[in-house]
Amino acid sequence: MKKVLTHLDWLESEAIHIMREVAGQCSNPVLLFSGGKDSLCLLRIAEKAFRPGRFPFPMMHIDTGHNYSEVINFRDKKVHDLGERLIIASLDDSIKKGTIVLKSSDEPRNKYQSITLLEAIEEHAFDCCIGGARRDEEKARAKERIMSFRDEFGQWDPKNQRPELWDLYNAKTHKGENIRAFPISNWTEMDVWQYIERENLELPNIYFAHKREIVRRSGSIIPITKITPVKENEVIENIMVRFRTVGDITCTAPVESEADTVEKIILETASTSISERGATRLDDQVSEASMELRKKEGYF
Amino acid sequence: MQKPTDDTVLRFMTCGSVDDGKSTVIGRLLFDTKTILTDTLSQIEKTSKKKGMSDIDLSLITDGLQAEREQGITIDVAYRYFSTGKRKYIIADAPGHEQYTRNMVTAASTAQLAIILIDARKGILTQTKRHTYLAKLLGIKHIIVAVNKMDLINYDENTYKSICTNYSEFEKNISSLNGPMNINFLPMSAIKGDMIVDRGDSMNWFKGSTLLHLLENLDTTEDIKESSLRLPIQYVCRPGGLADENLHDFRAFMGRIESGFLKVNDKIKVLPSGHESSIKEIRIGEKIIEEAIPEQSVTVSLMDEIDISRGDMLVHRNDSINATKEFTAMVCWLSETPLSSNRTYLLMHASQTSKAKILAINFKVNINSLDSEDATELRTNDIASISFKLAQPLIADSYDKNRRTGAFIIVDESTYHTVGAGMIQLLD
Repeated sequence: MKKVLTHLDWLESEAIHIMREVAGQCSNPVLLFSGGKDSLCLLRIAEKAFRPGRFPFPMMHIDTGHNYSEVINFRDKKVHDLGERLIIASLDDSIKKGTIVLKSSDEPRNKYQSITLLEAIEEHAFDCCIGGARRDEEKARAKERIMSFRDEFGQWDPKNQRPELWDLYNAKTHKGENIRAFPISNWTEMDVWQYIERENLELPNIYFAHKREIVRRSGSIIPITKITPVKENEVIENIMVRFRTVGDITCTAPVESEADTVEKIILETASTSISERGATRLDDQVSEASMELRKKEGYF
Repeated sequence: MQKPTDDTVLRFMTCGSVDDGKSTVIGRLLFDTKTILTDTLSQIEKTSKKKGMSDIDLSLITDGLQAEREQGITIDVAYRYFSTGKRKYIIADAPGHEQYTRNMVTAASTAQLAIILIDARKGILTQTKRHTYLAKLLGIKHIIVAVNKMDLINYDENTYKSICTNYSEFEKNISSLNGPMNINFLPMSAIKGDMIVDRGDSMNWFKGSTLLHLLENLDTTEDIKESSLRLPIQYVCRPGGLADENLHDFRAFMGRIESGFLKVNDKIKVLPSGHESSIKEIRIGEKIIEEAIPEQSVTVSLMDEIDISRGDMLVHRNDSINATKEFTAMVCWLSETPLSSNRTYLLMHASQTSKAKILAINFKVNINSLDSEDATELRTNDIASISFKLAQPLIADSYDKNRRTGAFIIVDESTYHTVGAGMIQLLD
């Protein structure tokens, strides 16, 4: 028998170690859960880290109100099956309170998630949020720590990060400050899919190829929904698509695909030529630094 | 298209400055292994054009933050990933110039291998020695000395050979630090793509492997000298309150095997208490396993009810390791605020945290001459030998025997910033 861990075992073990450090060092952590594939990996890791006990933290969904119903149904079923607690922090509540002011009612809501997240952190006095961000997603993320320090305003200061050496994580904070912990920092999109396959993880069905009404708008595929209606002179097509990420409807686009199983998705991911965010995150295409700017404002 | 099946993970770092073509080497590795996707590439093309360049500047692949792109420098360690089907690679890309020591130490702390870049026109420089010393200090066992920009010296074999000889001469001087290293040399031209992924046909005189071939075939299984079991406990599971009555008295201890192997029925003791028991069950989640191997995160339960909490360490019963409250360590100071000898700091080691006092600054290492110098204070990027006294005993090994249980970080008690990194040197 070989006495070295394979890459998936190694990544899993590292993620478990990070989660247990959060549980050991922080007094009131929370796990951010969206129903998306990365946060589903986090849940499996939490099971491996803490069962037969309960999770030493609740889960929290920052709900933009612009979700695919398949994802919300899946989220609720998953929480029920795990028997853990879910907190829902809703952008609609922040809008009602007046802390989020939309320029127009159909404006993409992704960037406003930071406000609701920071409000929830303050309300529940969380000292750490565990998230499913990965360093391969984006340039700014490539430089972020596994335990990333945020000040009282939730801000990330890329030039003044705590050095992170070996596997020694410093999650210490003062009241009001916050750590964002990213256990799957070192995973790539491919690792996530391989892990989903190995662990036989259930996913919301919109990750798999399905027929959907779409239009093509400036190079992107836009799904037709109540929130993203067809515009004049646009031609609706009914084609096979799947989502590579799921999030706010207004800024998550599907890709054309026939891949209806995890195995086929892995093969497609291996041969694709467009990065995950490049293909599907309309909010990252605004400028080369948009993720960095959002993170400085308190984004995941 | 083959379905990817990756084998093991290899973490490596690249040492050198922008001038040595370090970013181009990484860019080339990612580009030639087809890790760079078309949208990233088109963004890089755009930026290359904006900067008035005709070719794609592969070094832009590794430029991360807005401030860095504006100033054309790298500020912080960045992590990159690529995969060949044989191995998954994690690259720690540390900037070469400013804050070099701090960033290099950070990158080296998790690396198994370091690529040291030398500009073929310049040969061995002070920074080459500095990089080699730091890689060695941080316990890296494998070095690839890459003589880059061979295209600019007409791929001259003799120049390459004399650089290799000079390097070996220099390395002899520091060979005692943390034991021997496995050193490989190769000539390359990152900009032309010679000897990185493809051999090219300009250096047919060179019979050694390409960079990627070396990475693919490196054996790291012997790197951990210390084979004794080290299992620091991170978290204790007491599911007591759950409905399942069988679990009412269940206690499980959670942590990662930092070194050694652990089997069911193994006789163990808990440090620092010294309480003894044996292993009843080892799990990874729901799965019960017979034997746990290094780097595996496990949940163990014991035959006897003994008190264990976070910060304790499980070792085999016949192990002679002792708890220590005083030791000397090589420290790299990371903070802008200098070390203050009369202050108390927090020391984080494995899953333990202890208050620590500075007993003495023994000497400082001049990072350019590698000589020891007297010192009364420690500033950013300084490396020094320091003696500590702790409030709680640590279960520690010497860093040269065990990188995981020989390392610690120093945390400022008031700001909670990480201000230093240390490598323990125990007396035998």
